[in-house]
Amino acid sequence: MEKKSVKAWLYLLPAMLFLGIFLIYPLVDVFVYSFEENYNFASQSYTGTGLFNYSYVLRDPYFLQALKNTFLLVVITVPLSTGLALLISVGLSSIKPLRELYQTVFFLPYVTNTLAVGLVFMILFKRTPYSDGFVNLLLSLFHAGPVDFIDGPYGAKMLVLCLYTIWVVMPFKILILTSALASVNQTYYNAAKIDGTSGLRIFFRITLPMISPSLVYLIITGFIGAFKAYSDAVALFGTNLNAAGMNTIVGYVYDMLYGNSGGYPSYASAAAILLFAIVLTITCINLLVSRKHVHYIS
Amino acid sequence: MNNTEQSKTANKGTAVSGVPAKLRKALTYVFLSLWALVVLFPFYWMVLTSVKSYGAYNSEYLPKLYTLSPTFQNYADAFTAVPLANYFLNTVLFTVITTALMLAATVLAAYAFARLEFRGKNLVFVLFLSLMMIPNELVIITNYVTITSLNLRNTFTGLILPSVTSVFYIYLLKENFEQVPDQLYYAAKVDGTSDLKYLFRVMVPLCKPTIVTITILKAIECWNSFVWPRLITDDQNYFLVSNGIQSIRESGFGRENIPAMMAAVVVISLPLILLFLFFRKMIMAGVSRGGLKG
Amino acid sequence: MKVTLQNLTKKFPARGKKSQGEVIAVNHFDFVIPDGKLIGLLGPSGCGKSTALNLLCGLLKPTEGRIFFGDEDVTDLPPEKREVGMVFQNYALYPHLTVMQNILFPLQNLKGAQKLSKAEMDQRARDAAKLVQIGELMDRKPGELSGGQQQRVAIARALVKMPRILLMDEPLSNLDARLRLQTREEIRRIQRKTQITTVFVTHDQEEAMSISDLIVVMKDGVVQQIGKPQEVYDDPHNLFVASFLGTPPINLFHGRIESGRVYVGDVPILEQPALPDQEITVGVRPEGFVPKEDGAFGCTLKGVEVMGRDVSVVFTHPACVAAAGRAIVSAQSQLPSGQNQVRFDFIPEKIRLFHGITEERIR
Repeated sequence: MEKKSVKAWLYLLPAMLFLGIFLIYPLVDVFVYSFEENYNFASQSYTGTGLFNYSYVLRDPYFLQALKNTFLLVVITVPLSTGLALLISVGLSSIKPLRELYQTVFFLPYVTNTLAVGLVFMILFKRTPYSDGFVNLLLSLFHAGPVDFIDGPYGAKMLVLCLYTIWVVMPFKILILTSALASVNQTYYNAAKIDGTSGLRIFFRITLPMISPSLVYLIITGFIGAFKAYSDAVALFGTNLNAAGMNTIVGYVYDMLYGNSGGYPSYASAAAILLFAIVLTITCINLLVSRKHVHYIS
Repeated sequence: MNNTEQSKTANKGTAVSGVPAKLRKALTYVFLSLWALVVLFPFYWMVLTSVKSYGAYNSEYLPKLYTLSPTFQNYADAFTAVPLANYFLNTVLFTVITTALMLAATVLAAYAFARLEFRGKNLVFVLFLSLMMIPNELVIITNYVTITSLNLRNTFTGLILPSVTSVFYIYLLKENFEQVPDQLYYAAKVDGTSDLKYLFRVMVPLCKPTIVTITILKAIECWNSFVWPRLITDDQNYFLVSNGIQSIRESGFGRENIPAMMAAVVVISLPLILLFLFFRKMIMAGVSRGGLKG
Repeated sequence: MKVTLQNLTKKFPARGKKSQGEVIAVNHFDFVIPDGKLIGLLGPSGCGKSTALNLLCGLLKPTEGRIFFGDEDVTDLPPEKREVGMVFQNYALYPHLTVMQNILFPLQNLKGAQKLSKAEMDQRARDAAKLVQIGELMDRKPGELSGGQQQRVAIARALVKMPRILLMDEPLSNLDARLRLQTREEIRRIQRKTQITTVFVTHDQEEAMSISDLIVVMKDGVVQQIGKPQEVYDDPHNLFVASFLGTPPINLFHGRIESGRVYVGDVPILEQPALPDQEITVGVRPEGFVPKEDGAFGCTLKGVEVMGRDVSVVFTHPACVAAAGRAIVSAQSQLPSGQNQVRFDFIPEKIRLFHGITEERIR
């Protein structure tokens, strides 16, 4: 028996080493960092413990800007992308010819490099002295613009960020919702049809409840994902997000590390923990709200 | 009779909520095609721009939607003016080694959870699962400090080690391993097969689809990783493609050479798109089972 | 409500790119379902019986032919206008709604003049639930019910809108053997009580025979025979019907008619002076054998299975179409012990003769 146990632990050893060193230890450590005041990277020393790091971060205008940006991004993109994905998935499941082709095309953004395609978005939206760019060309058809979406007003920049974020997250949502819709047994629809149920009533009374677990899953992961936005912003506005006024919370954390040869891990830790607290709270609220409205099929 | 067949026929001619079925269908196709256009247009633009010559691109105040004189000069520039090939090689190396290490650790751990008996197995497994909830952003700080103080910045070791683990894949593979009937194991034991041999001769071949799926998902993740490499490398010799793109964008070609930049973007995007087109079904099935971007 | 099918045909395009033409799932159905009866559509899987059911409820449109409910032509009516109730094979109960909500669901769809008040709807739902004896389960979700209970809920939901006809798709196939017996009696009882014309589909001949007023035997989209169960069993029109009905199945032998005499192998078994010489298939129901020491028909004995009142004798014979034949004889009958030979006489009334090629019944 003992020998058997030893063998099992040997099998687990590689995974546990990696997880222990790069996941569990850092998790503990990040809390420690966040309470160590004036941590100096070079000397690895600190002057005291307390909440100073948190109060510093919370008063840092860059952090507040990042907080605002992130919240806006979350509030705008999560409902829009989920709703749009639902519409597209319903459309997809109502057609037969070309369905696979559409599905393949819609999934493409998932397998592309966020940074690379972000560059394309930047070029589409950017206005330079030499060219107004493609989007402004479109706008001029409606006698609007031109607007510089990349270096221009805050609203315009936020708009591009939201659009790109939606573009990036749609494949996953469409995929999940299409397979949820496909797994609804066709006989439910036949039964409803024989009972003379209207299309809208079928959608709201049958389809929506049946796919509600997937929908909740998407909303929760959508919130988490949007709160962690970073690469999309970098792709559009460059690495100096603070200067562009488009930083996100995660961006703030990394900037704190990267900034000044070794950076300020204490501030970064405090900001990361704040982010984690926000995400945890929102997720709990989501779960509580959804419990009342979701029908899990036992 | 097949269900879809029936429902398809049944839908014909039945008007739902007042709109004739044909019109509804047409509107659906228009709507889906619009989104397809939104998805595809950036790709088109990227390819289009990459074959416009530097001069032609910069002289278009109103960007043209096509070009009559495509050139491949930009691709040559992308490989000569910046070390794109080097970025590429780095990324391949990083992806292959990280994925291989992940696979080894994952297969062994999944086997232990699925097949072997030991004290506290359930507890350990629950602990493993709870690790899935730890956000990367939280642990990356300490990892950064660890790697820096070990003097591993700008090394492959520093890039790879913290990127190896994926708790979710252990879970996925364990579930699959458990579907292999116990009888096979007992039969192998009776024949005197060792656990390790059984794992690699029986379990791994039987669960090949899952293993291929997690390999591909991990490879995609590695290919696109940006945050960690950005923190841990500032020497161009160790840049991965994402960082390469970022540095091309910021200091790139000495002048703002957007067509060359787009050529680089095409080159970087192509491997994953090809991978996707080959393994489309597998990737989509894998992602819908729980893959998440980022 | 009397239901009339006139020349009803449904064709599907053939599946797969290579195959051409079309599949005729329902081929020129022409019969009348009398008012208030329980009809079993019976046939092997793929014979088109589910398609026929879907034509009746309107989920499918026929390629040609008409359907009448009473005197009304309903062929072009969509399902919701036909006032039919349908019980699906997997019941199709909405898992997120309670039993009560499930039963109410069809009533809530009614519009205009048909619209009911809340109290009326409640009353109708409770009546339906009472009829199928699930009154105490109204607040449960389908997932918390047994298969038999779900089946009852599905029937209640189909009956609550007082349909003109009730359709059931393999109503018993998802139940275990014991529940199946019980539920089929229940279906019979409910149908008798409501007097609603009911059509159900099954591939299980025993099920169809036991509760139907009429059975319709189908094969490859073609109606083989319609009639009361016992009539169809005793008087099958062709080889398919004869061999599809009955457990154990009818025993078939290669035979021939020579100068007015029917032979199986070299053994003459029946005088049939009116029929010309030809190759035929001889069918004998298991109960058509009488064991006799000097019987004309000698077989190799393979085994004897005691079933209580009866004994099942398994035998082989060179002329037998199947690998082995089976005779059911009374437990009192004298069976040779310790021998591997058994001899039978046939009861002439139990012998059926079929044309060797067309498989049509010739006697």
